[in-house]
Amino acid sequence: MVRELWESLIESLEGLGSVIRFLLRLIVASPRALMRYDLIAQQIFNSGALSLVIIMLSGLFVGMVLGLQGFQLLQRFGSGEALGTAATIGLVKELGPVVTALLFAGRAGTALASELGLMRATDQLSAMEMMAVDPVQRVVVPRFLGGVIAMPLLAAIFSVIGIYGAQLVGVQIMGVDSGSFWSQMRAAVSLSDINEGIVKSLSFGVACSLIAVYEGYNATPTAEGVGRATTRTVVTSAVVILFLDYLITAAFL
Amino acid sequence: MNQSTPIVDIKKLDYAINGRPVFAGLDIQMQRGQVTAVMGPSGTGKTTLLRLITGQVMASGGCIEVEGQNLRQLSRKDLYILRRRMGMLFQNGALLTDLSVFENVAFPLREHTDLPERLIRQIVLTKLQAVGLRGAAELMPAELSGGMSRRVALARAIVMDPEILIYDEPFVGLDPISLGVILRLIRRLNDALGITSIVVSHDVQEIASVADQVFLLSGGKVVAQGAPADLKRSPSEIVKQFVGGLPDGPVPFHFPAPDYFSELLSRSEDH
Repeated sequence: MVRELWESLIESLEGLGSVIRFLLRLIVASPRALMRYDLIAQQIFNSGALSLVIIMLSGLFVGMVLGLQGFQLLQRFGSGEALGTAATIGLVKELGPVVTALLFAGRAGTALASELGLMRATDQLSAMEMMAVDPVQRVVVPRFLGGVIAMPLLAAIFSVIGIYGAQLVGVQIMGVDSGSFWSQMRAAVSLSDINEGIVKSLSFGVACSLIAVYEGYNATPTAEGVGRATTRTVVTSAVVILFLDYLITAAFL
Repeated sequence: MNQSTPIVDIKKLDYAINGRPVFAGLDIQMQRGQVTAVMGPSGTGKTTLLRLITGQVMASGGCIEVEGQNLRQLSRKDLYILRRRMGMLFQNGALLTDLSVFENVAFPLREHTDLPERLIRQIVLTKLQAVGLRGAAELMPAELSGGMSRRVALARAIVMDPEILIYDEPFVGLDPISLGVILRLIRRLNDALGITSIVVSHDVQEIASVADQVFLLSGGKVVAQGAPADLKRSPSEIVKQFVGGLPDGPVPFHFPAPDYFSELLSRSEDH
Protein backbone atom coordinates (compact mmCIF):
# COMPACT_ATOMS: atom_id res chain seq x y z
CA MET A 1 0.00 0.00 0.00
CA VAL A 2 2.69 2.47 1.10
CA ARG A 3 4.80 1.33 -1.80
CA GLU A 4 1.99 1.93 -4.29
CA LEU A 5 1.39 5.38 -2.90
CA TRP A 6 5.10 6.13 -3.11
CA GLU A 7 5.24 4.93 -6.70
CA SER A 8 2.24 7.00 -7.76
CA LEU A 9 3.78 10.03 -6.04
CA ILE A 10 7.02 9.51 -7.96
CA GLU A 11 5.04 9.06 -11.17
CA SER A 12 3.11 12.29 -10.75
CA LEU A 13 6.30 14.17 -9.88
CA GLU A 14 7.88 12.82 -13.07
CA GLY A 15 4.82 13.96 -15.00
CA LEU A 16 5.07 17.42 -13.47
CA GLY A 17 8.78 17.51 -14.30
CA SER A 18 8.20 16.71 -17.96
CA VAL A 19 5.42 19.33 -18.19
CA ILE A 20 7.81 21.94 -16.78
CA ARG A 21 10.56 20.86 -19.18
CA PHE A 22 8.07 21.17 -22.02
CA LEU A 23 7.13 24.67 -20.80
CA LEU A 24 10.81 25.69 -20.78
CA ARG A 25 11.14 24.38 -24.33
CA LEU A 26 8.15 26.47 -25.36
CA ILE A 27 9.56 29.57 -23.68
CA VAL A 28 12.93 29.12 -25.38
CA ALA A 29 11.22 28.78 -28.76
CA SER A 30 8.82 31.69 -28.16
CA PRO A 31 10.95 34.68 -29.26
CA ARG A 32 11.51 33.24 -32.74
CA ALA A 33 7.88 32.14 -33.00
CA LEU A 34 6.77 35.67 -32.09
CA MET A 35 8.30 36.90 -35.34
CA ARG A 36 5.74 34.81 -37.22
CA TYR A 37 2.88 36.91 -35.88
CA ASP A 38 0.51 35.74 -38.63
CA LEU A 39 0.64 32.19 -37.22
CA ILE A 40 -0.09 33.48 -33.71
CA ALA A 41 -2.92 35.70 -34.95
CA GLN A 42 -4.47 32.66 -36.61
CA GLN A 43 -4.32 30.77 -33.30
CA ILE A 44 -5.75 33.70 -31.32
CA PHE A 45 -8.62 33.55 -33.78
CA ASN A 46 -9.00 29.76 -33.35
CA SER A 47 -8.83 29.75 -29.55
CA GLY A 48 -10.31 33.18 -28.88
CA ALA A 49 -12.70 34.38 -31.54
CA LEU A 50 -14.22 30.94 -32.05
CA SER A 51 -14.89 30.69 -28.28
CA LEU A 52 -16.57 34.11 -28.15
CA VAL A 53 -20.18 32.97 -28.47
CA ILE A 54 -20.01 30.41 -25.67
CA ILE A 55 -18.09 32.87 -23.44
CA MET A 56 -20.53 35.73 -24.04
CA LEU A 57 -23.63 33.61 -23.53
CA SER A 58 -22.25 32.05 -20.34
CA GLY A 59 -21.16 35.48 -19.09
CA LEU A 60 -24.63 36.87 -19.63
CA PHE A 61 -26.34 34.03 -17.74
CA VAL A 62 -23.81 33.96 -14.90
CA GLY A 63 -24.26 37.74 -14.52
CA MET A 64 -28.04 37.41 -14.52
CA VAL A 65 -27.96 34.71 -11.84
CA LEU A 66 -25.55 36.84 -9.85
CA GLY A 67 -27.96 39.78 -10.14
CA LEU A 68 -30.85 37.67 -8.91
CA GLN A 69 -29.06 35.90 -6.05
CA GLY A 70 -27.06 38.96 -5.05
CA PHE A 71 -30.15 41.14 -4.91
CA GLN A 72 -32.04 38.59 -2.76
CA LEU A 73 -29.13 38.35 -0.33
CA LEU A 74 -28.32 42.08 -0.14
CA GLN A 75 -31.99 42.96 0.22
CA ARG A 76 -32.08 41.06 3.53
CA PHE A 77 -29.55 43.52 4.93
CA GLY A 78 -31.27 46.44 3.30
CA SER A 79 -28.40 47.15 0.97
CA GLY A 80 -29.76 46.20 -2.44
CA GLU A 81 -27.95 49.20 -3.93
CA ALA A 82 -24.61 47.48 -3.32
CA LEU A 83 -25.53 44.94 -6.01
CA GLY A 84 -23.29 46.64 -8.59
CA THR A 85 -20.25 46.36 -6.31
CA ALA A 86 -20.98 42.78 -5.28
CA ALA A 87 -21.58 41.52 -8.79
CA THR A 88 -18.56 43.31 -10.23
CA ILE A 89 -16.13 42.13 -7.56
CA GLY A 90 -17.51 38.60 -7.81
CA LEU A 91 -17.13 38.60 -11.57
CA VAL A 92 -13.83 40.40 -12.00
CA LYS A 93 -11.96 38.62 -9.22
CA GLU A 94 -13.48 35.18 -9.27
CA LEU A 95 -16.20 34.06 -11.65
CA GLY A 96 -14.86 35.79 -14.74
CA PRO A 97 -11.41 34.16 -14.79
CA VAL A 98 -12.48 30.80 -13.33
CA VAL A 99 -15.60 30.14 -15.41
CA THR A 100 -13.91 31.46 -18.56
CA ALA A 101 -10.92 29.20 -17.95
CA LEU A 102 -13.16 26.15 -17.40
CA LEU A 103 -15.07 26.90 -20.60
CA PHE A 104 -11.80 27.65 -22.41
CA ALA A 105 -10.41 24.26 -21.38
CA GLY A 106 -13.56 22.59 -22.66
CA ARG A 107 -13.83 24.51 -25.93
CA ALA A 108 -10.32 25.53 -27.00
CA GLY A 109 -8.20 23.14 -24.88
CA THR A 110 -9.84 20.01 -26.23
CA ALA A 111 -9.61 21.34 -29.79
CA LEU A 112 -5.86 21.98 -29.35
CA ALA A 113 -5.18 18.61 -27.76
CA SER A 114 -7.10 16.58 -30.33
CA GLU A 115 -5.66 18.57 -33.24
CA LEU A 116 -2.07 18.01 -32.10
CA GLY A 117 -2.79 14.38 -31.21
CA LEU A 118 -4.21 13.71 -34.66
CA MET A 119 -1.29 15.51 -36.30
CA ARG A 120 0.99 13.12 -34.43
CA ALA A 121 -1.17 10.10 -35.33
CA THR A 122 -1.20 10.99 -39.04
CA ASP A 123 2.59 11.58 -39.15
CA GLN A 124 2.19 15.30 -39.83
CA LEU A 125 4.60 16.15 -37.02
CA SER A 126 7.16 13.59 -38.26
CA ALA A 127 6.74 14.94 -41.78
CA MET A 128 7.61 18.43 -40.50
CA GLU A 129 10.68 17.08 -38.74
CA MET A 130 11.69 15.43 -42.00
CA MET A 131 11.29 18.77 -43.77
CA ALA A 132 13.73 20.16 -41.20
CA VAL A 133 10.97 22.21 -39.58
CA ASP A 134 10.80 22.00 -35.78
CA PRO A 135 7.16 21.12 -35.00
CA VAL A 136 7.43 22.64 -31.52
CA GLN A 137 8.44 25.97 -33.02
CA ARG A 138 6.08 25.90 -36.00
CA VAL A 139 2.97 24.24 -34.55
CA VAL A 140 3.04 24.03 -30.76
CA VAL A 141 4.36 27.46 -29.73
CA PRO A 142 1.90 29.51 -31.85
CA ARG A 143 -0.98 27.49 -30.38
CA PHE A 144 0.34 27.95 -26.86
CA LEU A 145 0.88 31.71 -27.28
CA GLY A 146 -2.49 32.09 -29.01
CA GLY A 147 -4.17 30.53 -25.97
CA VAL A 148 -2.17 32.60 -23.49
CA ILE A 149 -3.15 35.82 -25.28
CA ALA A 150 -6.77 34.87 -25.91
CA MET A 151 -7.63 33.76 -22.38
CA PRO A 152 -7.35 37.14 -20.52
CA LEU A 153 -9.27 38.84 -23.35
CA LEU A 154 -12.04 36.27 -23.09
CA ALA A 155 -12.14 36.63 -19.29
CA ALA A 156 -12.45 40.42 -19.64
CA ILE A 157 -15.29 40.05 -22.13
CA PHE A 158 -16.96 37.51 -19.85
CA SER A 159 -16.82 39.95 -16.91
CA VAL A 160 -18.12 42.89 -18.91
CA ILE A 161 -21.07 40.92 -20.28
CA GLY A 162 -21.64 39.45 -16.80
CA ILE A 163 -21.85 42.93 -15.24
CA TYR A 164 -24.30 43.89 -17.95
CA GLY A 165 -26.36 40.76 -17.14
CA ALA A 166 -26.38 41.62 -13.42
CA GLN A 167 -27.48 45.15 -14.28
CA LEU A 168 -30.19 43.78 -16.56
CA VAL A 169 -31.74 41.73 -13.77
CA GLY A 170 -30.92 44.00 -10.83
CA VAL A 171 -31.81 47.38 -12.34
CA GLN A 172 -34.31 46.59 -15.08
CA ILE A 173 -36.26 43.82 -13.32
CA MET A 174 -35.66 44.00 -9.57
CA GLY A 175 -35.74 47.76 -9.49
CA VAL A 176 -32.32 48.67 -8.03
CA ASP A 177 -31.57 52.34 -8.68
CA SER A 178 -29.43 52.60 -11.80
CA GLY A 179 -27.38 55.54 -10.50
CA SER A 180 -26.39 53.87 -7.26
CA PHE A 181 -25.69 50.55 -9.05
CA TRP A 182 -23.02 52.17 -11.20
CA SER A 183 -21.70 54.82 -8.77
CA GLN A 184 -21.26 52.39 -5.85
CA MET A 185 -19.49 50.04 -8.20
CA ARG A 186 -17.09 52.74 -9.37
CA ALA A 187 -16.41 53.85 -5.83
CA ALA A 188 -15.83 50.42 -4.31
CA VAL A 189 -14.03 48.44 -6.99
CA SER A 190 -10.30 49.17 -6.80
CA LEU A 191 -7.49 48.65 -9.25
CA SER A 192 -6.12 45.77 -7.18
CA ASP A 193 -9.39 43.88 -7.75
CA ILE A 194 -8.92 44.26 -11.48
CA ASN A 195 -5.26 43.27 -11.20
CA GLU A 196 -6.19 40.11 -9.35
CA GLY A 197 -8.54 39.20 -12.18
CA ILE A 198 -5.85 39.87 -14.78
CA VAL A 199 -3.22 37.83 -12.93
CA LYS A 200 -5.67 34.97 -12.54
CA SER A 201 -6.81 34.91 -16.14
CA LEU A 202 -3.22 35.11 -17.41
CA SER A 203 -2.11 32.26 -15.15
CA PHE A 204 -5.11 30.15 -16.14
CA GLY A 205 -4.37 30.93 -19.79
CA VAL A 206 -0.80 29.65 -19.40
CA ALA A 207 -1.96 26.57 -17.47
CA CYS A 208 -4.82 25.61 -19.82
CA SER A 209 -2.84 26.16 -23.01
CA LEU A 210 0.21 24.35 -21.63
CA ILE A 211 -1.81 21.33 -20.52
CA ALA A 212 -3.65 21.16 -23.85
CA VAL A 213 -0.55 21.34 -26.07
CA TYR A 214 1.43 19.02 -23.77
CA GLU A 215 -1.28 16.35 -23.77
CA GLY A 216 -1.85 16.67 -27.52
CA TYR A 217 1.82 16.70 -28.50
CA ASN A 218 2.61 13.68 -26.31
CA ALA A 219 -0.57 11.73 -27.13
CA THR A 220 -0.25 8.05 -28.02
CA PRO A 221 -0.79 8.08 -31.81
CA THR A 222 -3.98 6.00 -31.83
CA ALA A 223 -7.69 6.81 -31.75
CA GLU A 224 -7.81 5.75 -28.12
CA GLY A 225 -4.68 7.73 -27.24
CA VAL A 226 -6.03 10.96 -28.76
CA GLY A 227 -9.34 10.44 -26.95
CA ARG A 228 -7.57 9.94 -23.66
CA ALA A 229 -5.38 13.02 -24.21
CA THR A 230 -8.50 15.12 -24.82
CA THR A 231 -10.20 13.87 -21.66
CA ARG A 232 -7.08 14.38 -19.59
CA THR A 233 -6.80 17.94 -20.89
CA VAL A 234 -10.22 18.88 -19.47
CA VAL A 235 -9.83 17.02 -16.18
CA THR A 236 -6.31 18.23 -15.43
CA SER A 237 -7.12 21.80 -16.51
CA ALA A 238 -10.18 21.95 -14.23
CA VAL A 239 -8.26 20.76 -11.18
CA VAL A 240 -5.26 22.98 -11.88
CA ILE A 241 -7.47 26.06 -12.46
CA LEU A 242 -9.24 25.66 -9.12
CA PHE A 243 -6.00 24.97 -7.27
CA LEU A 244 -4.26 27.98 -8.83
CA ASP A 245 -7.35 30.07 -8.06
CA TYR A 246 -6.96 29.34 -4.37
CA LEU A 247 -3.22 30.10 -4.41
CA ILE A 248 -3.60 33.42 -6.22
CA THR A 249 -6.54 34.50 -4.07
CA ALA A 250 -4.46 33.78 -0.96
CA ALA A 251 -1.51 35.67 -2.40
CA PHE A 252 -3.60 38.80 -3.03
CA LEU A 253 -5.03 38.97 0.52
CA MET B 1 32.55 12.84 -53.69
CA ASN B 2 33.63 9.60 -55.33
CA GLN B 3 30.84 7.87 -57.26
CA SER B 4 31.57 4.55 -55.60
CA THR B 5 31.29 5.81 -52.01
CA PRO B 6 27.93 4.70 -50.65
CA ILE B 7 25.54 7.57 -49.99
CA VAL B 8 24.05 5.67 -47.05
CA ASP B 9 26.44 3.41 -45.17
CA ILE B 10 25.09 1.33 -42.29
CA LYS B 11 27.63 -0.64 -40.29
CA LYS B 12 26.93 -3.17 -37.53
CA LEU B 13 23.69 -1.47 -36.58
CA ASP B 14 22.00 -2.52 -33.33
CA TYR B 15 18.58 -1.28 -32.36
CA ALA B 16 15.97 -2.52 -29.90
CA ILE B 17 12.45 -1.42 -29.04
CA ASN B 18 11.42 -2.09 -25.42
CA GLY B 19 14.24 -4.61 -25.04
CA ARG B 20 13.13 -6.55 -28.16
CA PRO B 21 15.98 -6.46 -30.70
CA VAL B 22 14.90 -5.19 -34.13
CA PHE B 23 18.34 -5.06 -35.73
CA ALA B 24 21.43 -6.91 -34.64
CA GLY B 25 24.60 -6.22 -36.62
CA LEU B 26 22.87 -4.88 -39.74
CA ASP B 27 25.13 -3.89 -42.66
CA ILE B 28 23.74 -2.06 -45.70
CA GLN B 29 25.44 0.10 -48.32
CA MET B 30 23.27 2.13 -50.66
CA GLN B 31 24.81 3.50 -53.84
CA ARG B 32 24.45 7.02 -55.17
CA GLY B 33 22.02 7.49 -58.08
CA GLN B 34 20.34 4.11 -57.71
CA VAL B 35 16.88 2.99 -56.65
CA THR B 36 17.54 0.83 -53.61
CA ALA B 37 14.71 -1.28 -52.24
CA VAL B 38 14.50 -2.57 -48.70
CA MET B 39 12.09 -5.49 -48.50
CA GLY B 40 11.03 -7.91 -45.87
CA PRO B 41 8.06 -9.45 -44.11
CA SER B 42 5.88 -7.17 -41.97
CA GLY B 43 7.41 -6.42 -38.61
CA THR B 44 11.04 -6.75 -39.70
CA GLY B 45 11.66 -3.08 -38.96
CA LYS B 46 11.69 -1.62 -42.47
CA THR B 47 10.02 1.61 -41.38
CA THR B 48 12.25 1.70 -38.31
CA LEU B 49 15.25 1.52 -40.62
CA LEU B 50 14.00 4.63 -42.45
CA ARG B 51 13.58 6.42 -39.12
CA LEU B 52 17.16 5.48 -38.27
CA ILE B 53 18.53 6.67 -41.63
CA THR B 54 16.74 10.00 -41.25
CA GLY B 55 17.88 10.44 -37.65
CA GLN B 56 14.35 10.43 -36.20
CA VAL B 57 15.53 7.74 -33.81
CA MET B 58 19.10 6.93 -32.80
CA ALA B 59 20.70 3.48 -32.95
CA SER B 60 21.92 1.83 -29.75
CA GLY B 61 25.02 0.44 -31.46
CA GLY B 62 26.93 0.59 -34.74
CA CYS B 63 27.03 3.56 -37.04
CA ILE B 64 25.00 5.15 -39.82
CA GLU B 65 26.67 7.49 -42.27
CA VAL B 66 24.59 9.57 -44.67
CA GLU B 67 26.51 11.61 -47.26
CA GLY B 68 29.65 10.75 -45.29
CA GLN B 69 28.30 12.23 -42.04
CA ASN B 70 27.90 10.07 -38.95
CA LEU B 71 24.36 10.73 -37.70
CA ARG B 72 25.32 10.12 -34.10
CA GLN B 73 27.86 12.95 -34.12
CA LEU B 74 25.53 15.51 -35.66
CA SER B 75 24.00 18.25 -33.54
CA ARG B 76 20.26 18.86 -33.91
CA LYS B 77 21.03 21.84 -36.13
CA ASP B 78 23.36 19.88 -38.41
CA LEU B 79 20.83 17.06 -38.60
CA TYR B 80 18.21 19.56 -39.78
CA ILE B 81 20.66 20.88 -42.39
CA LEU B 82 21.25 17.32 -43.60
CA ARG B 83 17.51 16.68 -43.72
CA ARG B 84 17.02 19.58 -46.10
CA ARG B 85 18.87 17.41 -48.61
CA MET B 86 16.48 14.51 -48.01
CA GLY B 87 12.86 14.12 -49.01
CA MET B 88 10.57 11.57 -47.46
CA LEU B 89 7.25 10.20 -48.59
CA PHE B 90 5.24 8.85 -45.67
CA GLN B 91 2.94 5.86 -45.91
CA ASN B 92 -0.23 7.97 -45.75
CA GLY B 93 1.23 11.10 -47.35
CA ALA B 94 1.20 13.03 -44.05
CA LEU B 95 -0.07 16.20 -45.74
CA LEU B 96 -0.78 19.11 -43.39
CA THR B 97 -4.56 18.99 -43.25
CA ASP B 98 -5.08 22.70 -42.57
CA LEU B 99 -3.25 23.78 -45.75
CA SER B 100 -4.30 23.47 -49.40
CA VAL B 101 -2.40 21.29 -51.86
CA PHE B 102 -0.51 24.34 -53.14
CA GLU B 103 0.43 25.49 -49.63
CA ASN B 104 1.49 21.97 -48.65
CA VAL B 105 3.97 21.83 -51.51
CA ALA B 106 5.06 25.42 -50.83
CA PHE B 107 5.52 24.69 -47.10
CA PRO B 108 9.25 23.77 -47.14
CA LEU B 109 10.01 26.75 -49.41
CA ARG B 110 8.20 29.18 -47.14
CA GLU B 111 9.92 27.76 -44.05
CA HIS B 112 13.46 27.63 -45.42
CA THR B 113 13.74 30.33 -48.06
CA ASP B 114 12.89 33.99 -48.62
CA LEU B 115 11.95 33.50 -52.25
CA PRO B 116 9.49 36.00 -53.73
CA GLU B 117 5.91 34.80 -54.06
CA ARG B 118 6.13 34.67 -57.87
CA LEU B 119 9.06 32.28 -57.77
CA ILE B 120 7.47 30.08 -55.12
CA ARG B 121 4.39 29.85 -57.30
CA GLN B 122 6.47 28.79 -60.29
CA ILE B 123 8.41 26.14 -58.39
CA VAL B 124 5.29 24.70 -56.77
CA LEU B 125 3.40 24.54 -60.06
CA THR B 126 6.37 22.85 -61.76
CA LYS B 127 6.51 20.18 -59.07
CA LEU B 128 2.76 19.66 -59.14
CA GLN B 129 2.96 19.37 -62.94
CA ALA B 130 5.64 16.68 -62.51
CA VAL B 131 3.21 14.54 -60.49
CA GLY B 132 0.28 15.45 -62.74
CA LEU B 133 -1.71 17.39 -60.15
CA ARG B 134 -1.31 21.03 -61.17
CA GLY B 135 -5.08 21.14 -61.60
CA ALA B 136 -5.61 20.13 -57.96
CA ALA B 137 -3.55 22.98 -56.50
CA GLU B 138 -6.48 24.66 -54.76
CA LEU B 139 -8.00 21.49 -53.26
CA MET B 140 -7.70 20.64 -49.56
CA PRO B 141 -6.05 17.33 -48.52
CA ALA B 142 -9.42 15.95 -47.34
CA GLU B 143 -10.72 16.22 -50.92
CA LEU B 144 -7.96 13.99 -52.37
CA SER B 145 -7.96 10.25 -52.94
CA GLY B 146 -5.22 8.11 -51.38
CA GLY B 147 -3.21 8.00 -54.59
CA MET B 148 -3.52 11.74 -55.14
CA SER B 149 -2.41 12.61 -51.59
CA ARG B 150 0.63 10.47 -52.06
CA ARG B 151 1.49 12.25 -55.30
CA VAL B 152 1.06 15.64 -53.61
CA ALA B 153 3.31 14.42 -50.80
CA LEU B 154 5.81 13.38 -53.47
CA ALA B 155 5.70 16.85 -55.01
CA ARG B 156 6.33 18.29 -51.54
CA ALA B 157 9.21 15.86 -50.97
CA ILE B 158 11.00 17.01 -54.15
CA VAL B 159 10.27 20.73 -53.84
CA MET B 160 13.61 21.44 -52.15
CA ASP B 161 15.43 19.36 -54.81
CA PRO B 162 16.72 16.69 -52.41
CA GLU B 163 19.64 14.39 -53.08
CA ILE B 164 18.00 11.43 -51.36
CA LEU B 165 14.34 10.56 -51.70
CA ILE B 166 12.87 8.06 -49.27
CA TYR B 167 9.60 6.21 -49.85
CA ASP B 168 7.87 4.40 -47.00
CA GLU B 169 5.54 1.71 -48.41
CA PRO B 170 4.55 3.83 -51.44
CA PHE B 171 2.30 1.16 -52.99
CA VAL B 172 0.06 0.27 -50.04
CA GLY B 173 -3.65 0.58 -50.77
CA LEU B 174 -3.35 1.99 -54.29
CA ASP B 175 -5.47 1.00 -57.27
CA PRO B 176 -3.51 -0.39 -60.28
CA ILE B 177 -3.55 2.95 -62.12
CA SER B 178 -2.26 5.05 -59.21
CA LEU B 179 0.26 2.31 -58.51
CA GLY B 180 1.55 2.48 -62.09
CA VAL B 181 1.78 6.26 -61.80
CA ILE B 182 3.79 6.10 -58.56
CA LEU B 183 6.09 3.42 -59.98
CA ARG B 184 6.82 5.50 -63.07
CA LEU B 185 7.38 8.59 -60.96
CA ILE B 186 9.91 6.84 -58.73
CA ARG B 187 12.00 5.81 -61.71
CA ARG B 188 11.58 9.06 -63.61
CA LEU B 189 12.40 11.31 -60.66
CA ASN B 190 15.40 9.20 -59.83
CA ASP B 191 16.83 9.42 -63.35
CA ALA B 192 15.68 12.92 -64.33
CA LEU B 193 16.75 14.67 -61.10
CA GLY B 194 19.79 12.47 -60.53
CA ILE B 195 18.79 11.62 -57.00
CA THR B 196 19.15 8.50 -54.92
CA SER B 197 15.95 6.69 -54.04
CA ILE B 198 15.34 4.39 -51.09
CA VAL B 199 12.09 2.44 -51.26
CA VAL B 200 10.74 0.36 -48.41
CA SER B 201 8.09 -2.09 -49.52
CA HIS B 202 6.94 -5.67 -49.50
CA ASP B 203 5.39 -5.66 -52.95
CA VAL B 204 7.73 -8.01 -54.80
CA GLN B 205 6.52 -7.50 -58.37
CA GLU B 206 6.39 -3.71 -58.18
CA ILE B 207 9.84 -3.47 -56.62
CA ALA B 208 11.33 -5.85 -59.17
CA SER B 209 10.24 -3.53 -61.96
CA VAL B 210 11.79 -0.39 -60.49
CA ALA B 211 14.74 -1.20 -58.21
CA ASP B 212 18.42 -1.47 -59.12
CA GLN B 213 19.41 -3.11 -55.86
CA VAL B 214 17.30 -5.02 -53.33
CA PHE B 215 18.02 -5.82 -49.68
CA LEU B 216 15.82 -8.48 -48.12
CA LEU B 217 15.59 -8.18 -44.34
CA SER B 218 14.50 -10.84 -41.92
CA GLY B 219 15.18 -11.36 -38.25
CA GLY B 220 17.13 -8.11 -37.95
CA LYS B 221 19.65 -8.98 -40.64
CA VAL B 222 20.08 -8.78 -44.40
CA VAL B 223 19.29 -12.30 -45.63
CA ALA B 224 19.74 -11.57 -49.32
CA GLN B 225 20.86 -8.74 -51.55
CA GLY B 226 21.37 -8.10 -55.24
CA ALA B 227 19.54 -7.08 -58.39
CA PRO B 228 15.86 -8.12 -58.49
CA ALA B 229 16.59 -10.77 -61.13
CA ASP B 230 19.31 -12.35 -58.96
CA LEU B 231 16.91 -12.54 -56.05
CA LYS B 232 14.35 -14.43 -58.11
CA ARG B 233 16.97 -17.09 -58.90
CA SER B 234 18.24 -17.30 -55.33
CA PRO B 235 18.34 -20.81 -53.84
CA SER B 236 17.78 -19.49 -50.29
CA GLU B 237 14.62 -20.85 -48.64
CA ILE B 238 13.62 -17.54 -47.12
CA VAL B 239 14.03 -15.67 -50.39
CA LYS B 240 11.95 -18.31 -52.18
CA GLN B 241 9.25 -18.01 -49.54
CA PHE B 242 9.16 -14.24 -49.76
CA VAL B 243 9.39 -13.87 -53.53
CA GLY B 244 6.96 -16.75 -54.13
CA GLY B 245 4.55 -15.57 -51.44
CA LEU B 246 4.42 -18.98 -49.70
CA PRO B 247 2.40 -18.88 -46.44
CA ASP B 248 4.75 -21.04 -44.38
CA GLY B 249 8.50 -21.59 -44.42
CA PRO B 250 11.45 -20.08 -42.58
CA VAL B 251 9.11 -17.18 -41.73
CA PRO B 252 6.44 -19.06 -39.78
CA PHE B 253 2.72 -18.55 -40.38
CA HIS B 254 2.05 -18.67 -36.63
CA PHE B 255 2.99 -16.08 -34.06
CA PRO B 256 4.91 -17.88 -31.28
CA ALA B 257 2.35 -19.55 -28.99
CA PRO B 258 2.12 -22.44 -26.50
CA ASP B 259 1.22 -25.88 -27.82
CA TYR B 260 -2.13 -25.78 -29.61
CA PHE B 261 -3.66 -28.95 -28.13
CA SER B 262 -2.63 -28.37 -24.58
CA GLU B 263 -3.96 -24.80 -24.79
CA LEU B 264 -7.33 -25.94 -26.23
CA LEU B 265 -7.67 -28.64 -23.58
CA SER B 266 -6.68 -26.42 -20.68
CA ARG B 267 -9.40 -24.71 -18.64
CA SER B 268 -10.42 -21.35 -20.03
CA GLU B 269 -10.06 -19.65 -16.61
CA ASP B 270 -6.31 -20.15 -16.92
CA HIS B 271 -6.25 -17.19 -19.30
